[in-house]
Amino acid sequence: MLEISGLQVAYGAVRAVRDVSLNIAEGDLVALLGANGAGKSSTLMCVAGALPAAAGLIRLDGQDVTSARPETMARKGVATVPETRDVFPDLTVGENLLLGAYIRRSDTQGVAEDRAKMFDMFPVLAERRAQAAGTLSGGEQQMLVIARAIMSRPRILLLDEPSLGLAPTIVDRIFEMISVLKRSGLTILLVEQNASKALTVADRAYVMRLGRVEAEGTATEIAAATDLRSLYLAG
Amino acid sequence: MTFFLQFLIDVLALGGAYALMALGLVIVYGILRLVNFAYGELIMVAGYTMYLASGSGLPWLVMAAVAVFMAIMAGITTDYVAFRPVRAKSVTAVLITSFAFSTLLQNAALLFISPRPRNTPLPEVFSQTIQFAGVITPARNLITIAAAIVMLALFSWLIRRTVLGIAMRAAATNFTMARMLGVPANLIISSAFAISGLLAGVVAMLWIGRIGAVVPGIGLEPLLIAFIATVIGGMRSLQGAVLGGFLLAFMDTTLNFTLPQELLKFRDAFTFSLVILILLWRPQGLIKGPATGQRT
Repeated sequence: MLEISGLQVAYGAVRAVRDVSLNIAEGDLVALLGANGAGKSSTLMCVAGALPAAAGLIRLDGQDVTSARPETMARKGVATVPETRDVFPDLTVGENLLLGAYIRRSDTQGVAEDRAKMFDMFPVLAERRAQAAGTLSGGEQQMLVIARAIMSRPRILLLDEPSLGLAPTIVDRIFEMISVLKRSGLTILLVEQNASKALTVADRAYVMRLGRVEAEGTATEIAAATDLRSLYLAG
Repeated sequence: MTFFLQFLIDVLALGGAYALMALGLVIVYGILRLVNFAYGELIMVAGYTMYLASGSGLPWLVMAAVAVFMAIMAGITTDYVAFRPVRAKSVTAVLITSFAFSTLLQNAALLFISPRPRNTPLPEVFSQTIQFAGVITPARNLITIAAAIVMLALFSWLIRRTVLGIAMRAAATNFTMARMLGVPANLIISSAFAISGLLAGVVAMLWIGRIGAVVPGIGLEPLLIAFIATVIGGMRSLQGAVLGGFLLAFMDTTLNFTLPQELLKFRDAFTFSLVILILLWRPQGLIKGPATGQRT
């Protein structure tokens, strides 16, 4: 469904992503692992259209979408949850969700149904629907951002470090939700530093180091074959 | 009591116009983090449209609607000519192109129309005075207050209740995230310029209504007022712009009433001193506005 080949991403003279090729099949949950600064987030943001590619090719359903605009990617069914957990702080929870459904805003009935579904899934968001999103806790904001991404009814979800800076119990809940989303048939690209956690939900995994893909395989292969600890420490 | 009422009407009429001017500037600034220095020329465009339409024999309201429409078009044109081509390049480039566009429009007016004031049509009611509760006030003041209320209500409905408005507020805090949800950048920016033009057009009708004439440099004072009001109120906040507009009008009116005759011509010096004091106390402006956001 999503194919990336020879991707390079640069910030000025600094090349954060040097050579990344990866494939994601429909319905798969693919984890992208690696230490801080390995280029995982840059890869993901480049797929989302928020960063231009310096070289390489990104294809969605065989169609070239390299360096497409972020709004174009959203319309093609790519939803992004960035690492920085970007809620719109002075918009209410309800308004945040409404914007999540921006690309299908003419379908008012469907949007209302999905909103009710999100409130079922995250009761805490229902309680705080009229509250400014900036007043939520970190975990609640993470749930809101994921719920907002789902509101667009995406075909691919790009999740960047959903566990970052959250308490372990909250992390467990977030990963439960990720597996629920996976069971519903959603294709997911999950960027994580918490490799052991990510490998419990992933079908396949890629390990990145210094802007390159170092290893790839099924989640069990990666978990067994790779000394995860050395991977991070050697980075 | 009568004095108080007179004072209140003066502040509200002046403040309403100032607030609309400031909103028009801050709506673009909030999203692009760039001051549109060609903003005053939107008022000029509306003014000259009135002058050119004056021979048409149309009712005043129709002419005013055409003038406001032209201001909206000029606003959108500003985006296409001065902002869009260089927006992604550098702040300095946009600063220069918006100044250039402003100069271009002013010089076009100088060249093709005239450097001298040109009369604009005014409806009868603008020159009448109204007397009530012992207060004598130009009807124009009450019209300005009413127009400001209508425009502020319309603006607030647009920005709070419509999907476009919510998307614009979202884009003002985090443009990239809004785009990743599928909100098109160009739509948001053009809408901001169109709203800016609408506000400038309405302000132009009220502003020109005070003198009944238009000159090429007419936009400078409103631009300056709008800029100062937004600086006092907080560059990033819509409420701040409105508050700043009314506060500036309050200071101006108070000085008008209290300064002795021989000092009145230095009123702006007093106003600006107060502005400096406010900024020393609150460098960010009175209302801080949304948390960090990046430029596009």
